[in-house]
Amino acid sequence: MTTCPPPPPFPADPPVTEALIRQHKLSDDEYARIVSAIGREPTFTELGVFSVMYSEHCSYKSSRRHLRRLPTTGARVIQGPGENAGVVDIGDGFAAVFKMESHNHPSFIEPYQGAATGVGGILRDVFTMGARPIALLNALRFGAADHKRTPELLRGVVAGIGGYGNCIGVPTVGGDLQFDARYDGNILVNAFACGVARTDAIFYGKASGVGNAILYIGAKTGRDGIHGATMASDEFSNDGPANRPTMQVGDPFVGKLLLEACLELFQSGAVEGIQDMGAAGLTSSSVEMGGRAATGVEIDLDAVPRRAKRMAPYEILLSESQERMLLVAKPGAEETVATICKKWELDSAIIGRVTNTQRWVVLATPDYDPLSDPPSKRKPQVVCDLPLDALTEGAPAYDRPRATDVTVFHRARIEEGDVPIPADWGAELLRQLGSSNVGSREWVWRQYDHVVRGGTLVRPGSDAAVVRVPCERDGQTIDKFLAFAVDCNGRHCELSAYEGGAMAVAEVCRNLVCSGAEPIGLTDCLNFGNPERPEIMDQLASAIDGIAAACRALGVPVVSGNVSLYNETDGRAILPTPMIAAVGLLKSEHDIVTSWFKGAGDVVLLLGEPTSGTRGLAGSDYLSSHVGRVAAVGGKHPRIDLDAEAALQSLVLGLAREQRLVSAHDVSGGGLAVALAECCVSGPIWSGDFGARVDLDLSIDRGRLDLTALLFGEDPSRVIISVRRDDVALVKDRAVRAGVPVNQIGVTGGHSLSIGFVDESAAAQAAIRLELSDVRRARSKCLESIVGAA
Amino acid sequence: MKATVYVRPKKEVLDPQGDAVRKALEKLGFGGVAQVRIGKVVEIEFAENIPASEQNAMRAKLEQMSDTLLANPVMEDYEVTF
Repeated sequence: MTTCPPPPPFPADPPVTEALIRQHKLSDDEYARIVSAIGREPTFTELGVFSVMYSEHCSYKSSRRHLRRLPTTGARVIQGPGENAGVVDIGDGFAAVFKMESHNHPSFIEPYQGAATGVGGILRDVFTMGARPIALLNALRFGAADHKRTPELLRGVVAGIGGYGNCIGVPTVGGDLQFDARYDGNILVNAFACGVARTDAIFYGKASGVGNAILYIGAKTGRDGIHGATMASDEFSNDGPANRPTMQVGDPFVGKLLLEACLELFQSGAVEGIQDMGAAGLTSSSVEMGGRAATGVEIDLDAVPRRAKRMAPYEILLSESQERMLLVAKPGAEETVATICKKWELDSAIIGRVTNTQRWVVLATPDYDPLSDPPSKRKPQVVCDLPLDALTEGAPAYDRPRATDVTVFHRARIEEGDVPIPADWGAELLRQLGSSNVGSREWVWRQYDHVVRGGTLVRPGSDAAVVRVPCERDGQTIDKFLAFAVDCNGRHCELSAYEGGAMAVAEVCRNLVCSGAEPIGLTDCLNFGNPERPEIMDQLASAIDGIAAACRALGVPVVSGNVSLYNETDGRAILPTPMIAAVGLLKSEHDIVTSWFKGAGDVVLLLGEPTSGTRGLAGSDYLSSHVGRVAAVGGKHPRIDLDAEAALQSLVLGLAREQRLVSAHDVSGGGLAVALAECCVSGPIWSGDFGARVDLDLSIDRGRLDLTALLFGEDPSRVIISVRRDDVALVKDRAVRAGVPVNQIGVTGGHSLSIGFVDESAAAQAAIRLELSDVRRARSKCLESIVGAA
Repeated sequence: MKATVYVRPKKEVLDPQGDAVRKALEKLGFGGVAQVRIGKVVEIEFAENIPASEQNAMRAKLEQMSDTLLANPVMEDYEVTF
């Protein structure tokens, strides 16, 4: 180990005291680790740097050892986790580049800007790799629909996502939205972006080539969001938003200029390596770039473009101002970079060099402010001089204690006799369809430009969105068709994090095959509470195991992602929410399948085991909407058979590719009855709705409890398809051969949905009969009741 | 009786609108503009005159209005004048 003398004290730096160390969220052990790694006490600025680099957000210190269990490789994988985004081959020399990231804490403090900068940040992660962004998704979780802050947060977050995405011109094509009282004090805003790049022009966040210039490009630095990364790794308390740092404000128009400038820079051949300045800004970007290339970095802060006066090195290094990139130029290409940045009206400045010292060295002139003072003739002094590996691999990694919380089942348990049975099945279905967690999401996605760029073939509202991406190469254009979906059911995860994690992967992939796409890669956002609590740590680790098992069963790798911990307020954690987004590839436009019925006279089939009995009600919308909490009949948690799931998905994908499916819809939130209603009315209003006559006289025990479970249970691995009459025999035959249960349950047509079944207790043929106009109205009102009519 | 509330972006918060106006001024040939910050003025008229003895209570009420609706205290500062 090489130790070097500490940098001289910088004017106005406070002394490093125990209180200050505590304020920086560093434990005694972590501080001792720092002192032993650098052979001395850190300065104030270095303490700030260590604080962000050792934060959960940057170091993954609680999750790292568990994340290793995720399958991250595959024939198509070009770049797995560890870079700015994952890269997956989509053929013909092109790749999909995608990632999902959380912006939960900032969005709770300032919903509009928090969500907007979340979108801006994830877009930068994608285009920094050389990809042009082509689609955005967002997964949102809010508190109870009747919580006092929910309307304001929902309105602000949705407006913020639209505000950034619409202005920068990338379509927001889908998402996922749920409400639960467990998110009252901690909302979730997870933003996903996907871009497309040439496989021979992928750029990495590496500071390679000793002597190469390091350039800062983009917007100027202000005192924005200092300590965002440490804040993201902290719990909220009810003290309120006092003493918060300056909120970052996104500027999508500068974001657009930065996007176009970067894509031009990549083509110009000037770029050796590049990385977005996201959380922990200049610090994490320069440290990570130097770390990945195993070189060294020297930065002169005097050269950093800024808009605030008298910024201390500490502030410049930790600022999270938006729309900034750190770029390493190829030798002699500095001029090219400057010219291109000037063309796009962006600041650029050479702020340092790549070295071979394995050290991260930062210089600045004391009491010098380039905004206020004439150019300094003094020599800048060393502010930080740290070994790179102490900041990267040297970060702590914990194997935190785990313990399953057995009380969950006591709290969730509901006896069979206490399960509410609807008196009027039709009225109950209508009620579920209009509930905040089941109804139409149109209020949200109508605020997003989901068709900009002109490639959106399947809009929000179907199981997955499908986007056509014209890929140009050597003067030729090849169309690629990509599908996107995002999902997670936190209530399932609460009852069993393992099964819930596996079910999230299964559902999101099922959404893709129901749209005719083969799942080719996943990205995850693992949102959990405080990992220092053994029961939360157990949720996190178990969810990862469940995700890994499902990935292996379905043959899909995880190529990128992020972890958001400490989602708690006053010691109360959110529902465990391992959000999963998936990207699928379609062979051709003709393979596209949507969820809604297309005409009269098609036959409706249910693929998969119709019901597992009362187990299917575990964590369902039906139970929680009636009993007001996550509930499970007899304490039975939900369960998925991954082999059955894999067989189902390969059957559906095969049928889609043979163009045998008129429609396909995954049965999930709300259960079978809700899914049937969605098949009738989820299409665009101009295509006309088609009803169905369904007979659920299935060979099940027909007690009223089992009927409730059949109609409203949320068992996984079920898909409703409609097929042409001529194809029924063939489709049934395929299903039997694939070992997938198949039931012919009805026929499409008419202006109503009728579901017939035998209600033995009533000793009669019971039925649900709903007019489609009523179904549409019920679904469309669900969010308006929260935010008020437009 | 009229009160005026001045709402401004906080000193250090990025103001993209102000920045866009500064750039536009520059393009139109108005040189020498270092920074533009854009806020808003809210004028509130009361139905009746407020006696001097109640002005403090009224100020508190206006501050409450500003905190809850007229300004976004996370991003903006405000100033109440009569």
